[in-house]
This record gives sequence, C-alpha cells and structure tokens, in this order.
Amino acid sequence: MVDASDLKSGGGFLRVGSSPTSGNEYFNIGEKMKWFQKRKGIEKESKKREIPDGVWVKCDSCGEILYRKEIEKNLMVCPKCNYHFQINSSLYKKILLDEGTFEEEDDNLRTLDPLNFKNYKKKLKEAMTKTSLNECIISGQAKIYGRDIEICIMDFSFIGGSMGSVVGEKVKRAIYRASDLNLPLVIVSASGGARMHEGILSLMQMAKTATALNKLETPFISILTHPTTAGVLASYASLGDIIIAEPGALIGFAGPRVIKQTIKKELPEGFQRAEFLLEHGLIDLVVSRKDLRDTVNTLLMHLC
Amino acid sequence: MPKYLDFEKPIIGLKEKIEELKTLNTDRGGGLEDEIEKLKVRLSKVREEIFSNLTSWEQVELARHPNRPYTNDYIKYIFKDWVELHGDRRFADDPSIVAGIGKLNGISFVVVGHEKGRKTKEKIRRNFGMPHPEGYRKALRVMKLGSKFKLPIVTFIDTPGAYPGIGAEERGQALAIAENIKEIAMIPVPIIVIITGEGGSGGALAIGIGDRIYMQKYAVYSVISPEGCASIIWRDQKYKKEATEALKITAKDLKKFNIIDDIIMEPGGGAHSNHKEAANLVGEAVMKAYNELKDIPADELIQKRSEKFSKMGFFKEL
Ligand SMILES: [Zn+2]
Repeated sequence: MVDASDLKSGGGFLRVGSSPTSGNEYFNIGEKMKWFQKRKGIEKESKKREIPDGVWVKCDSCGEILYRKEIEKNLMVCPKCNYHFQINSSLYKKILLDEGTFEEEDDNLRTLDPLNFKNYKKKLKEAMTKTSLNECIISGQAKIYGRDIEICIMDFSFIGGSMGSVVGEKVKRAIYRASDLNLPLVIVSASGGARMHEGILSLMQMAKTATALNKLETPFISILTHPTTAGVLASYASLGDIIIAEPGALIGFAGPRVIKQTIKKELPEGFQRAEFLLEHGLIDLVVSRKDLRDTVNTLLMHLC
Repeated sequence: MPKYLDFEKPIIGLKEKIEELKTLNTDRGGGLEDEIEKLKVRLSKVREEIFSNLTSWEQVELARHPNRPYTNDYIKYIFKDWVELHGDRRFADDPSIVAGIGKLNGISFVVVGHEKGRKTKEKIRRNFGMPHPEGYRKALRVMKLGSKFKLPIVTFIDTPGAYPGIGAEERGQALAIAENIKEIAMIPVPIIVIITGEGGSGGALAIGIGDRIYMQKYAVYSVISPEGCASIIWRDQKYKKEATEALKITAKDLKKFNIIDDIIMEPGGGAHSNHKEAANLVGEAVMKAYNELKDIPADELIQKRSEKFSKMGFFKEL
C-alpha cells in the first residue's frame, strides 16, 4: 500500500484557478488539489482577480501558466514539458475509445463493508458523491478504430484507485468475458494498492485477478498511469503481454516514503518513474497520452 | 529483545518457580512433590486463562514471538533427508526464503518458506524474512521441480512483508509477486500452504497460492501491518491495537471469511513453548491435506484451486 503522501510530489494533481464545482469535468477534484490563488505578491493578487475562474492552469512540473483550453486540447498534457496531468476514467474513455462505443458491464456491483471498518461506509459515500462513480473502476466492451475490445479503466479519484472486492471481481469478470468473447483486453491502471478497509479480502483480489489471467489466450495490454503501485502492480497490472506506461508515472510496489524510511538514504533521481522501469527492463514502452490510442491499435493489429 | 511477552509473565514466573522447587527437591532428596504438582496444575490453569482471552494484538505478538518456530525449525522436525536448494538462477540466492526437498511419511515434498533467522547475525543475513524478488523467483523455480517430478508442495508463510528497498524495486518485486501468483496457480501437484507466523501482505501471498490454506492458531495474515494501517487511518502508529482489531487478521477471522480452510492447533502456551509438539501438529495437518488431495487428477486440482480464489471477496449485486 502506498501512502497518500507519496503521491503529492510526483506527476500529479492539476492546480486550477477554479473552484471544485465549476471545475473541469476531467480533473480529479480532491483534497490534494491546491488552488492557484495561493500565489503571493500584490501584482499576482491583482492578476488573480483579472483571471476568470478556470481559464488558466499552472503546470505542476515546469510552472508554466497555461491557457486551459490549450491544455485540454492537448489531452491534459503540458505542451511545454510533456508533463502528464492525472486524469479520470471518463477522459481515458475519450482518449482511447471510439466515441460512443463503450458499453459498461457489471455496474450493478456494489461494495460492502464486511469488516465493519472505521469510517469505510462514509468514505465510500463521499467518494461516490465526489466522483459520480460507484467504484474506482469501470469495465465493459468498446471499440478502438472499429476493433472490439474488453476494457477496464481505473480511477484514482475514487479512494485512490484502491482494490477491494468489487475491483477484483470486475477485473476477473472482464478477463473471463475477454476469454469467452475472444476479445483483446486492455486495462488502464491507476491505484495506490489494495484497499485496507476490506483487509485480507483485498489482498485476495490479487490472487483472484492474477489467477484468472491463466484463462486468457487473447492479447492483454496493460497501461500503467500515475500512480500504479502495490497490490494492483503486484497482480494484473504487471501481467500484461504488453506493458505500457505514461511518461513520468510513479510505478512501484513499495511507496517511496516507506523505502526512504527503511533504507535511510535518498532515493535515486527518477526512482520508480516510468522511464526508470523502462531502463530496468520492467516495461515494454513509455508512450505519451496522445499516442496511446494509436500504439494500442498498432499492437492489437499485430497480435490479434 | 525480551524472550517473553508481557502477558506471558505469570506463566514464566510459575515455570521458574517449578524449576526452583524441582532443584530444591532433588537437593533435599524428595518431599516437595505435592507442592510441585500443585504448581503445575496452577500453571496450566493460568496459561489456559491467559490464552483463552487473548486480544488480537496479543496474537500478533505471538505470531512475531522471538522464540516462535520458524520454517527451518519445522523442516528439522517434520522432514527427513532434507536437501536445501539455492538461488533463482537469474540473480542471487535470497536467504529470506528457504527452499528444498524433504521426506515426510515416505513421501518427498518440495518445501518453500520464509525464514526470519534466529540470532542477530542470522536475522540480518536473512533480512528478517523480508524477501527480494530473487526469493520469490527461487520459490517458483523450486516449486516447478514439484511439477516436473510430481512432488507435492508445502509452503510455510512467515514474513513481515516484501522488502521496501531500491534493489527490490529495480529487479521488479511487484512483477515477481504477480508472476508467482499466476504461475503457482497452474502447478499440477497438490500445494499445501501453512501460515505459521506473520502473513505479511504481498510478500506472503507470493507463496500463498494452494489447494489447502491452513493457519496456525496464533498466526496472523493481513493486507498491511497493524502499524502501517494505524499510521494511515489513525495517523499514528500507537493505534496499532485498534488497527489490529479493525483489520481482522487472526486465524479465527480468516476462517470466518473463508480465506483459510482450517486452523492448526498449537501447544498450550503457543507454538514457541514447544517446537516439537507444534511441528507434530503441523506435520499431521500436512498429511491430512495431502491425503485429501493426492488422488485428485491434475486438471481438476488446478481448476478447483482457481475457483477457490475466484470466489474470495464480499460484494452486492443489484
Ligand atoms: Zn509543464
């Protein structure tokens, strides 16, 4: 499990000059969002008033102030430095899939609180209200350039994309459907790991999903986005025939903070980032968001 | 590190008293037998009372007890003609996982288990039972000998978890765990998993796939350590007791959730109070499981194993 504090520093959360309610539908609006108006100085103070809400966005990485329309058009990637802002599942749907082809499955599965864990019910309710999702993953069938696929997309804005019983079950069923319908499987991951609130049952979702993949004979493309960590990385996300990561994504089993505490040393530059994993031979490709759809399509053309 | 836990103090006190009286009795040439007998009765009563009212946290302490039998102890007591095998044939030999072949009741078993190491030097050498990727890879490699030569497999789980280090990440520990889970599921021989101490998350699950999952009475198995959970949910590690209760990690809890098949009893006073007896109980459980599994055809075994894990979890369907 990766601690939330690990995720602040990295490629991450969009800072926008708008309030959550008027915010862009693609943004992960959460407690980690820091508002643009935090800037100091009179000049900036006055400037802030001049800027209409939500028109300007500051890049987390290079600090460039960007026109929001421009960055939206660029799929929430900074045109100056290629920094990939974290985005939600509905934008990944738009980026990857043929318009209007997504047909959701298993949206009738609901999370329970089998451990009667402290504040879990409340947390779930809040997440549902905040994201309009009922869990941190959507699954179903769709098309990419006319080709039928089975797809799962995780959403970090729903309890950190953590895997509990419903995520495990949805992934398992998606694997089974891909197998039964002879479709390639694409899973877009974004997760802090197993969901602590469901205890050992969450751990067993690693077993459920990883063992289910033994059934699959069609291609499985695993796409790792910021962040993909712990239990999700140590199960289906690492088991793709092809593993693709977005630039700068944090990808690792243990959280960087825990590692730093354990070894009492500074971590190497770029540690656990997509490019680091590529260099260490752990993933196939690092692909910019704008090229994801075409890359997946080309791979499926070869493999199907 | 203290050799006994706080709640064990009354037991240790009585044991010492009995030993003292025994010595005195020998010196005097007898006469204190009644006294000694009385104390022994008292000891078993006190022990019974303490052990029937353990909190979840006290069970965590037992699972981590410095004298608790480790994998090498179980191997010593249970398996004959033991040969340890080393290395993942890729990078290194990870001493935090031991692997090899030994005989029980005339049957050769592949055995794989975490090993924490007993003394300081040994603990460090074995990284306190926290594997690196090469440990999981060694485990899988040796388990595959079981596939090839049709030997049943026993795994012993006792780890605080995967090691959070740079090398472990560089060599893909998440991938190693994922591959173990997926591939062990397809091994066509009986696999018996025994959680003997700490079942620490992914590092445990990497050798935790099998046809029978047993847990010793005072072992624990969890998605995160109580301390880790406390620091996230309560924002302070000192709430580890609350976190332990919340996470529901005892053998009894796991049986209730259908994660494990059975609980293996421990000697009165816990496995650490009598390694040999604890090992006998584990050995019996291994044979019971083996006899249930040995005649199941490989295809069916694999299918049932996958079904077992595919059913785990609780959710609602609208
Ligand atoms: Zn930038």
